[in-house]
Amino acid sequence: MLSLLRSPKPTLRHLLIGDWLTIIFSTIITVYLFQVLWSHEHASKVQVRIGDKVHAVYNINQQRYIKVHGAMGDAVIHISQGKVRFSKSPCHNQYCVHQGWLTRNGQAAICLPNQISLELIGEQKPYDSLNY
Amino acid sequence: MQIQTTIDDHRIAKLAAFAIALHMLEAVVPSPLPGVKPGIANIVTLYVLLQYDFATAAWVSILRVFASSLLLGQFMSPAFALSLSGALLSLGTLWVAQHLPRQYFSAITLSILAAFAHIAGQLIVVRLWLIPHASVSYLIPIFATAALFFGLINGLVTAKLLYNKAQLSDPDKTEPGST
Repeated sequence: MLSLLRSPKPTLRHLLIGDWLTIIFSTIITVYLFQVLWSHEHASKVQVRIGDKVHAVYNINQQRYIKVHGAMGDAVIHISQGKVRFSKSPCHNQYCVHQGWLTRNGQAAICLPNQISLELIGEQKPYDSLNY
Repeated sequence: MQIQTTIDDHRIAKLAAFAIALHMLEAVVPSPLPGVKPGIANIVTLYVLLQYDFATAAWVSILRVFASSLLLGQFMSPAFALSLSGALLSLGTLWVAQHLPRQYFSAITLSILAAFAHIAGQLIVVRLWLIPHASVSYLIPIFATAALFFGLINGLVTAKLLYNKAQLSDPDKTEPGST
């Protein structure tokens, strides 16, 4: 069995026509995956939800603080020239505040205790694998 | 107690031992991202599939997953689940792909397809169980690139091994699968 290893150096002449097709096809798929999944499309709007209802949609190309009343109290959402964050929240663990700025289309920050969520949306809503 | 063993059992054990040894070698190689590994043990699975049959390859692959996880102390851990799901989906793909015409498709195609199935199996487990969040999809292109690269390398090595084997048993035959 070990005699098989006398020259295990791979050579390209073992490639058959179907192998080349497989390689080309796989490369196309990989490049496509990069383009689809790593697209950094900029968002234009932020959707604010309270509970299961859409509370409001704001343009994010502005400088603004918005006070939103959630289940626990008032949260402050900070919109600053293309990015959005929770800047204040009455919730206990402050996960939403620590998540920081949202910049990309499809990103979301959810404050479960206060039942407020932010989601960045662009001209086109990206494919949502969470709800699929 | 004496267990009756057949010649097939011995062959499976021997081949599985090769695969386990390769898996152990790989386990000590550091990886930049968990899950991105060359998967050199799959060379043995492919070689067995093309040299013997699918059942032997499935035995070798599954034995390798279980024995390696026991040796590394990962049995029933997430790493084991990833390894098993990858191996199972990979075997499923090979089961279909082995029927591709051999004069056009060699071990290299099987290797690349198996590598893609392997990461697909792992990513499904990661997405459903370990990290149930959509952001896992950002890793898919990296894993796909690794699968393409290592699948190609493993396939070339397997093709070369089969070629050497064919020359050993029949020196007149020059090309593998050129019947």
